[in-house]
Order: sequence, then C-alpha cells, then structure tokens
Amino acid sequence: MARNWEEFLVEKVLLLAAISSIIIILLIIGFVIQQGLPAMEQVGPLNFIFGMDWSPSYDIYGVFPMIVGSLGMMALALIFAVPLSIFGAIFLAEVAPKTMRRILKPTIQTLAGIPSVIYGFFGLIVLVPFMRIHFGGSGFSMLTASIILTVMVLPTILSISEDALRSIPLEYKEASLALGATHWQTIKNVIFPAALPGIVTGIILGMGRAIGETMAVIMVAGNTPIIPGSILEPARALTSNIALEMGYALGLHYNALFATGIVLLMMIIVLLVVTNYINYKRKVTVGGGYL
Amino acid sequence: MDTKYIIGAIVIIVVIIGVALYAGGAFTKPEGKITIVGSTSVQPVAEKLAEAYHNANPDVNITVQGGGSSVGLKSVQDGTAQIGTYSSKLSSDKAPGIEQYVIANDGICIIVNKDSNVTDLTADQVKEIFAGNDSSYTVVTREEGSGTRDAFIDLIMGGKNGTNITKSAIVQSSTDAVKQAVAGNPNAIGFMSLADVDDSVKVVKIDGVEPSEATVKDGSYKIQRPFLFLTKGAATGVTLEFINWCLSSEGQKIVQEEGAVPV
Repeated sequence: MARNWEEFLVEKVLLLAAISSIIIILLIIGFVIQQGLPAMEQVGPLNFIFGMDWSPSYDIYGVFPMIVGSLGMMALALIFAVPLSIFGAIFLAEVAPKTMRRILKPTIQTLAGIPSVIYGFFGLIVLVPFMRIHFGGSGFSMLTASIILTVMVLPTILSISEDALRSIPLEYKEASLALGATHWQTIKNVIFPAALPGIVTGIILGMGRAIGETMAVIMVAGNTPIIPGSILEPARALTSNIALEMGYALGLHYNALFATGIVLLMMIIVLLVVTNYINYKRKVTVGGGYL
Repeated sequence: MDTKYIIGAIVIIVVIIGVALYAGGAFTKPEGKITIVGSTSVQPVAEKLAEAYHNANPDVNITVQGGGSSVGLKSVQDGTAQIGTYSSKLSSDKAPGIEQYVIANDGICIIVNKDSNVTDLTADQVKEIFAGNDSSYTVVTREEGSGTRDAFIDLIMGGKNGTNITKSAIVQSSTDAVKQAVAGNPNAIGFMSLADVDDSVKVVKIDGVEPSEATVKDGSYKIQRPFLFLTKGAATGVTLEFINWCLSSEGQKIVQEEGAVPV
C-alpha cells in the first residue's frame, strides 16, 4: 500500500513540475496579450505592425522598423555564429587532442556565463569606437550589435552541437572508416548528418537568445527607431524598444510596449515552428528509426 | 481523472495568493505618511530628502515614486499623492489650485567630445544640430519619456509642438550611456543634467555662458529648469513640515549633495 502511495505521489509531483512551465508560459502570454491588446485595437493591428513611425509623444505607434532591426541583427549574428560554432564543435568533438579540449571547453562555458551587460559595456567601450574608426559612421550599428550577439550565442550553439556530435554511436564512425573513408569524409558524410537534428536544436536556442537579448543590444545598437539603410547604420530591436521606454510609459504608450511584446512573441513562435518543421523534414533516418 | 485534483489544487493556491494580496493591501494605514509621485529627474533628490527626513523623524513614512512630471501633477490633483514632483516650469493657469514650491534648480548641459574644437554654441545652433540639419555632428539623445529629454525639448526645441529631435539620432538609455557615447566619438553631441557632468566630456557654453551652479542660480544660464514640489492648495500638517525642512539649510545641503542647484 505504502509503496503505491509513494509511487502515486512522486508521479504527481513530477507531473506538476512538468506542467508548471506550461502554466507559467500561458500566464505570461495571457498577461502580455491582455495588456497589449488595447493598444493593438486602438492603433489598428496592421498600422501597429507595419507602421514606419514610432513617436509616443504624438501617440503614433508603428513597430516595423524594430521588426526589421530585430530580424536583421539576429540573421547577421547567426550568419557569423553558425559556421564558427559548427566548425568549432567539429574540431572539439573530432579533431582536438585531449589537453586542448580540457582548456577550450571551460573557456567556452565561461563565455556563456558572462552577463549580457558586461558584453554590452565591452561593446560600448571597445567595439563601438573600433567600428567608428574602421567602418565610419557613429560606430553604433546593426553590425556592431550582431558581432556582440555572435559572441553571446556562440557558446550555446557550440556546446549543443558538440554534444550532438559526440553522441553519435561509435559504430557509425568505425563502419565508415572501415569502408575506407577518410576522417574528413566520415565527419562530412556520416557524423555531421547524423548529428544535424541536435545541431539545429542548438541553432534554435542560439536564435532565441539572439532575438531576445536586450541589454547588450541597447548599449551598442544606437536604438534609432527607423529602418537602417545599411548594416552600418543604427537600428532598434523590439526588446530594446520595450526596455528603453517601459520606465516612463503610461496609458496607451504602456500598452503599446506590451503590444510590442506580443509582436516579439509571435515572431519567436513563428521562427520556432518554421525551424522545427525544417528539422522534422530533414531528419535523418538510420535503420528503423531516426536520430 | 487525477489531473482534476492537480488543477483543483492550482486553483486553490491561486485563490489563496489573490486573497492574501488583496487583504494585505487593505491593511496599510495612512498615518504620518507622505506619498511623493512624479518626475523621474526629481526622484533621486526626493528619495535622498525623504530618507534623511525619515531618519530624523522615524514616525513619518515617505514613499517616492516616479512616473513623470505629468503623473506628478495628476496624482496631486486627484489626491492620490500628497506631493507631486514636476521638473519644468508650470504656469498657474495649467494647474489651478495647485501650490508650487521650488526646492531646487537644475541646468541642462550640452556636451561634446573632449577632442571637439566646439566650445561655444548659440541656443539656435543647438536646435539646428539636434533637428538633424548639421550632418557634421552625431546627435546622441535620451529615450522617449526621459525627464532630461523632455526638459531639453521644452527649453531648446520649442516644446512638444516645436521642432523634433532628428529620428536618426543615437538613442541611449541613461545619462552614463550618453556620456560614454559622446566620450567615444569626436563628432558626437549630447545633453545631460549639470549634476552628472564630469571631465570625460566637454561642456559647451550656450550664448557665451558656461553652465555652473552660480550661472544657474543667478539665471544667466538659460537652459535650466526648476524642481517643483506641488501640493493641492497650500500644504498642511506633516506635508508642510517636510517641505519646510527641504527648503531649510539642512534640506538644501542634501539637494546640493545630489548635484542639483540649491534655491
């Protein structure tokens, strides 16, 4: 009897822990929508999302420049970070000697642990003047923000990719080598494709971090609420928009910032669905199941 | 099934927390309590004043909240706050029946990079630069809603219906970030409160007058604003005592320590 009771209790506690994240996410989404919807209605959803002008003092709210800013920074950061971290992961998992791994792994993990304000401050003091001197303009730009974001998402993608690469059964590698394939051919044609779902998971998490990052971006992106003409011009991200103005916002302005949050949430959900779908489509079938 | 119990338990917990929060709110007593609401520029000074006054008079509790100058005026009008704070000039027609007490003054400095050879600008030149009509400058501004930005718009750009600050200006979220941005770029120009200026940036003379405690006090430096305490009708009781204390030499010393200019 006692055993059954214990079994039951543990099961329920585990279930509660599992659904608590769902409850929290629903509460957050509910709250953001409840606070943001009035502004969406008043401004008009299309005017809000595709409006080019953000001037809260005149009650004009359009977040399109920020959507472009957020997506642009994220895309640039991923363009830099994905090749870098995948090659790094392959090196760590397949090529690096043991001692090198022992040094590299903790270094990369430390990179992930640095608070984003520190990255932002580093960017503001070092990277912004560097960019201004070498690329012109004010130094505050989408590119500057993307470089900081690259460094921030690199450890996430790299560690998860490395884990994925290392979790491929040794038999695959052995079989490939036994067939006469070189080490590089084995990596390229056997290990990498088999680890791809894990690597994509890493990229999705990195993408989430890039689009959600606020503090570091505020400090180096320049935050001008207009669509940047090039990657060397300043831009404002959706997250920065909320964090910059929340301190003072009242009434419609306050709700408009929550509506910005709705747009951000929707964007993240769409991106997640799309990447998961691609991941599902491109899954590698091996033998009876897939990896 | 079993999930029903769990959902039930969650509902009960949520209800208990809700009731606790509601009941907790009902228990606060308004005895010897002053609420100060308003300008975020006045907030640091008001907080320091409140803290010092509370240390001297432990039975008076003072809470200080931000929200902006307009919130300060509104809260004192509808009686939700005993004192509203306001960080620009307020004409008495705009606030009938509201008593104004000037507790400090503040100068807004126009700052440029230390390597810039600009030393002196007229108010009109500053306006043209911030409107984006001079591409040799990188304009750095504060975010929408900032008290310093509002004061700058009032004093230089001609108010809300005057000229707009250029949309391509770099927006920084704090005084320190503005300072850093200007310190790191030889072409940058920005503005900040006199209280926060240090020698990492160069302060520009406006119409030939250098901003300082003395020039703000005698009115010769024009880009300045008062820090106001507003009350509904003349202040009474504990509120009056607090305001009088703020205007006393003891209170004014704290004002000065916080970098504002004593009256």
